[in-house]
Amino acid sequence: MADHQTSDAFVAFERVQKSYDGETLVVKDLNLTMPKGEFLTMLGPSGSGKTTCLMMLAGFETATHGEILLDGKPINNIPPHKRGIGMVFQNYALFPHMTVGENLSFPLEVRGMGKSEREEKIMRGLERVQMGAFANRRPSQLSGGQQQRIALARALVFEPELVLMDEPLGALDKQLRETLQFEITHLAHELGITTVYVTHDQTEALTMSDRVAVFDDGRIQQLAPPDKLYEEPMNSFVAQFIGENNALEGVVKEIKGDLCVVQLDSGEVIDAKPVNVNKVGDRTRVSIRPERVEFNKSRLQEGAHTLKAEVLEFIYMGDIFRTRLRVAGIDDFIVKTRNAPDQERLRPGQQIDIGWLPQDCRALDA
Amino acid sequence: MSDAMANGQQMLTTADGKPLKQALARAQSHAKRRAFLLVLPLLAFILITFVAPIGQMLKRSVHNDGFTMHTDIGSGVETPIMVNLKGWFKANPAGTSPDEPAYAALAADLVELKRLRAPGQAGTRINYELSGSRSLFTKAARKADKLEPPYKQALLDLDEDWGDPALWRVMRDASSAYTSNFYLAAMDRTRDLDGKVIMVNENRQVYVKLFKRTLFLSLLITFLTFVLAYPIAHLLAVLPLRHSNLLMILVLLPFWTSLLVRTTSWMVLLQSQGVVNDTLVGMGILGDENRLQMMYNQLGTVIAMTHILLPFMVLPLYSVMRPINPSYVRAARSLGATSWTAFRRVYFPQTVPGIGAGALLVFILAVGYYITPALVGGADGQLISNLIAFHMQKSLNWSLAAALAALLLGGILILYWLYDRLVGIDNLKLG
Ligand SMILES: Nc1ncnc2c1ncn2[C@@H]1O[C@H](COP(=O)(O)OP(=O)(O)O)[C@@H](O)[C@H]1O
Ligand SMILES: [Mg+2]
Repeated sequence: MADHQTSDAFVAFERVQKSYDGETLVVKDLNLTMPKGEFLTMLGPSGSGKTTCLMMLAGFETATHGEILLDGKPINNIPPHKRGIGMVFQNYALFPHMTVGENLSFPLEVRGMGKSEREEKIMRGLERVQMGAFANRRPSQLSGGQQQRIALARALVFEPELVLMDEPLGALDKQLRETLQFEITHLAHELGITTVYVTHDQTEALTMSDRVAVFDDGRIQQLAPPDKLYEEPMNSFVAQFIGENNALEGVVKEIKGDLCVVQLDSGEVIDAKPVNVNKVGDRTRVSIRPERVEFNKSRLQEGAHTLKAEVLEFIYMGDIFRTRLRVAGIDDFIVKTRNAPDQERLRPGQQIDIGWLPQDCRALDA
Repeated sequence: MSDAMANGQQMLTTADGKPLKQALARAQSHAKRRAFLLVLPLLAFILITFVAPIGQMLKRSVHNDGFTMHTDIGSGVETPIMVNLKGWFKANPAGTSPDEPAYAALAADLVELKRLRAPGQAGTRINYELSGSRSLFTKAARKADKLEPPYKQALLDLDEDWGDPALWRVMRDASSAYTSNFYLAAMDRTRDLDGKVIMVNENRQVYVKLFKRTLFLSLLITFLTFVLAYPIAHLLAVLPLRHSNLLMILVLLPFWTSLLVRTTSWMVLLQSQGVVNDTLVGMGILGDENRLQMMYNQLGTVIAMTHILLPFMVLPLYSVMRPINPSYVRAARSLGATSWTAFRRVYFPQTVPGIGAGALLVFILAVGYYITPALVGGADGQLISNLIAFHMQKSLNWSLAAALAALLLGGILILYWLYDRLVGIDNLKLG
């Protein structure tokens, strides 16, 4: 967050709070700045306040407290139709009584654009999403994916600088979703649009975004580029929410610089990187990604702590092997290994020792 | 299997070689029969209570045998009457002035009428088209036995109205049970002596005026219910369910109270010594002598009927508005439309099916409304249905009532057809 200054921020939320009923805060102290051209994703479980944030930005909800700035200017008092923000909705919101062409024409007409100019822009807009041949169809005659393409074209046709998308691919099947994810990011970068994208699908967030803001409980839990988010989660929620994660609980025994020793509840001792712990005696939950777990002694550091593990299940998944272990009293500890020629295939019942590099094992809040 | 492949182009068959279509029909016939049996009671009910009476009504509007057939009430025996006169009318073209044989035939028929005790019935039929004729028949029939040739003179001595050419024109028309004269009467038209269609006297023209008034008031009421119902329905549709349920109960309340109670309460409110006038006078807005006349005129009919028919507009509107996702309007706003443009171009068009349904419903109900205008309409707030009721109950001219009702039905069917052409009946959404 520190690397973007508020002054050159295109979109900024400053200490924004939102309550619908005057009793509970749906958004609690939101601070966020976005530079021009960034693709930012708000990721979080359902009910975490993502849509509310988007609606405040678009002007359909007002912030209870705090300020939202667009291009340096506060927008709290600008009505939605003057904000010039393109929006894509989960249910597409294509006007059912208009053809595709009329849908695209709508934002241009309300801007008083002439007919020939409109037609040219509509055609260009449709070509951009490979829907040039569908101008005369009704939305109901299109498939879900086609409708979403049109919704995207409509949100872009009046050349807004900021586009908001609220779970636009939520209703589509996996394959179509992946195609459209690619097309959307491609278009956004090609046109240099600033995009705020909302999803509850972490894969979508990781593959599409420049930065991801992880929402939970009305707060941004972490705001970081995808790789950092995955590899360096700052708290247990993010570690659990993004990707697959093994969590072990225990107490901090010792902190030495960027290394600490954690005694697990089962009694064993491991090394970890202190991220979200302050002092000896704190309870902690350590987090290790399944692909960072090693059971080949030769790959571990000299003198590293190891844990005894029993293989419970070996799942062959083609490109990877997924092995379920019983470790330190829990029996859903997952190890992922690549299907390489020299890779050992574990058998259920086998007793092994597992370990990891201390920096891959992050001691987070309990 | 290979067989089936080889015969791929031919008729499809089931595994044991029966034609697929036949097999399917047999499999479905049982289900179809059962479904038919389930709807049979309703079908019979509709046939008996709806189709048959309407058919009867349509027949009665063109068929009246009051001057051609006598049915004995006790035995049900049917006896043709006025047969001699009918023979004379057949032999002589319209416009022939009645000669002695004509009067002789009439006298013979009057004797028969007296024997059957049916002069009243025949007279009533003629009276429909020429008022005052009923007594002519009853009087003449009483003395029919004593009539002596020359019959023309004898009858004219009895009453010189027997020489009225209009009477002979009406008797000629009535001598055939099938007639279009009731439709003509329902449109303020009649026939002159030569059988040509002409307007009736200006001071007797009522029906066309009433049809026009019914049309106008129904359109006005439809429009008023639309104007009132649209915001209410919108509010119902966007309010959280908790609040909208309460409001919905208020809207439906009129459904749960008797029509008479509602109409009477409007009378209590609107009459010149009523609540509204008393309040206005009490607040000094009106002088005691300038009390507003809101009852027993068209205004009363319009106010009471608008209120009573309001739910029929609210419900269809509500049912199209409820499922309209708020994201449509939001999308329109984000695309740069003001709230008015978003309403006009995005929200409103999506509610048109509900407007159509509500308007059609209210209009059709209003056109046929009877009790409210009868109670609060006074003289100039009456609708066509009140006149139909009058002819059913008071003047007992059922054929004319049937003709008026058939015209009303025809008009509604035409409007329905127009609606289908303009809006499309598939777009109708009632709930
Ligand atoms: N219009 C509203 N009125 C009252 N509460 C709302 C409204 N919209 C959302 N909420 C509440 O605010 C919370 C956050 O909702 P939302 O922003 O839609 O979350 P998300 O999009 O992350 O799923 C939820 O608990 C939801 O019930
Ligand atoms: Mg949401």
